[in-house]
Amino acid sequence: MSSERTEQIDVRYVAKLARIDLNEAECATFQEQLSAILGYIDTLKDLDLDATDTEGLPAVDDNYLREDVSRPSLSQKDLLINAPESAKGQIRVPKVVDA
Amino acid sequence: MELSNQSITSLRKQLTSGDICSADIIGSLADAIEKKDGEIGAYLSHDLDAAREAAKTADLSLPLGGIPIAIKDNINVKGQPCSCASRFLEGSYTSPYDATVISKLRAAGAILYGRTNMDEFAMGSTTENSALGNTRNPHDLTRAPGGSSGGSAAAVASHSAIAALGSDTGGSIRQPASYCGVVGLKPSYGRVSRYGLVAFASSLDQIGPITQNVEDSALLLNAISGRDAMDATSLKQPDTDFTQGLNDGVAGMKLGLPKEYFGDGIDPAVRHQVDKSIKKLEAAGAKLVEISLPHTEYAVATYYIIAPAEASSNLSRFDGVRYGNRVENPNDIIDLYRRSREQGFGPEVKRRIILGTYVLSSGYYDAYYNKAQKVRGLIKRDFENAYQKVDAILSPVTPNVAPVIGADKDNPLQQYLADIFTISANLAGICGISVPCGKVASDSGSQLPVGLQILGPHMGEQAILKVARAVESSD
Repeated sequence: MSSERTEQIDVRYVAKLARIDLNEAECATFQEQLSAILGYIDTLKDLDLDATDTEGLPAVDDNYLREDVSRPSLSQKDLLINAPESAKGQIRVPKVVDA
Repeated sequence: MELSNQSITSLRKQLTSGDICSADIIGSLADAIEKKDGEIGAYLSHDLDAAREAAKTADLSLPLGGIPIAIKDNINVKGQPCSCASRFLEGSYTSPYDATVISKLRAAGAILYGRTNMDEFAMGSTTENSALGNTRNPHDLTRAPGGSSGGSAAAVASHSAIAALGSDTGGSIRQPASYCGVVGLKPSYGRVSRYGLVAFASSLDQIGPITQNVEDSALLLNAISGRDAMDATSLKQPDTDFTQGLNDGVAGMKLGLPKEYFGDGIDPAVRHQVDKSIKKLEAAGAKLVEISLPHTEYAVATYYIIAPAEASSNLSRFDGVRYGNRVENPNDIIDLYRRSREQGFGPEVKRRIILGTYVLSSGYYDAYYNKAQKVRGLIKRDFENAYQKVDAILSPVTPNVAPVIGADKDNPLQQYLADIFTISANLAGICGISVPCGKVASDSGSQLPVGLQILGPHMGEQAILKVARAVESSD
């Protein structure tokens, strides 16, 4: 059942896209498990959906938007309580632009 | 009877008559947790001293006045931890705000004192994916409580919680409720605000109650439902008292039995209990109708495209910048993201993020995600057609009783396949409830609960609560 498409999953590459570092052992385990899962998912291939016009997303009320008015939000102090590193009321991160 | 063993309904009567006060309930609950939670492990944290304080000022005139409610660890309660049972958030995150369901529970007088264990970020069906500890099934300590809301279900089943909230993305309320012998309700998509629920799969997630009985479920639904300006997918709805009409009975109701849900693969002992309770509903005057939900066989595949796709996007917020785990001495910002995530997430979360990233990646999007959305539409249409003929649909909640801890540990696909009866409701956005319908003896001699699932049309909670109440009262 597992097709050429599922054989193509390159776990290391996809993990890089997902911004997750994986060690060798994890890569090997996931490669095997994800290939099995994708092989199963390929059962959807049996369905001819070309003529299908169904929409999967759940029902929502149209045009339900709240009034565009300002209102209280979390304070800067509250937002920073969980920051791993902060300074001068800001979140500190490694330098991203060279001077 | 110990106060901690009683339902909300029973406690409320005694509170309003003045026979007991809220502090008595907290005291009884504290004793129960002290006595049982060492072996059950339902809670990740609790603060009973704060609960005792809150009990002193509880407004008993409110619908849930003075009642303590346990909360799954993925729902924000201001000032409390919210770790989603993940190393990524453990010990480093305190909620700066209340989820809407929490504001609503507070407004109804409830006391929020404890956080229940779960599969990490709600990804799993046994609670074994918790990075922070094991939860055991109160009916058999060698078995899992189900999941992902396993802590909430085990707390209620062991009477170390009066009632609890869980969340359900593919069965995470109904399945642990079934395995633990309690009542679990997944409301219709849009019935309850998701604001403040840590998002797993936004088009599937819904918060709901796990309770000792059906009336408590209705009471909690009264408190938490309603449109919310903070969640654009919450729906406008009439003010409904879901406790009304609960005891009207099922006479004249048409109840559908989908042939796809009663095929091979169900444990015969589970099937026997389910059949028995269906017969009782028939004896109570319901008309049973055989129906078909033809796209059922594609539900698991569809779900395991859509849910990981949404998860991979939702969990990108856990990057080590604003909250949670951050590695020391990163080389640069990308290294900070990659290593903080590697360190903070457990294997199932990584697996699903990678799967979701893959199905959304360039060249695969049409083959997977678009296709899954179309099939999701077909599954939804199957239910719409069925509800032309019936008022509610009956099925088992799961093919088996609670699994032995560690049974499917290294085989995620096998675990996913066991979600077959619950995930369609999330894909279709309809409501469903799990109600205890009997017990099955295990090889080791324990008595394991079986649940009956009742699925209702979108916004059809009143009908399924009524059927669930009929099942409960026929015991």
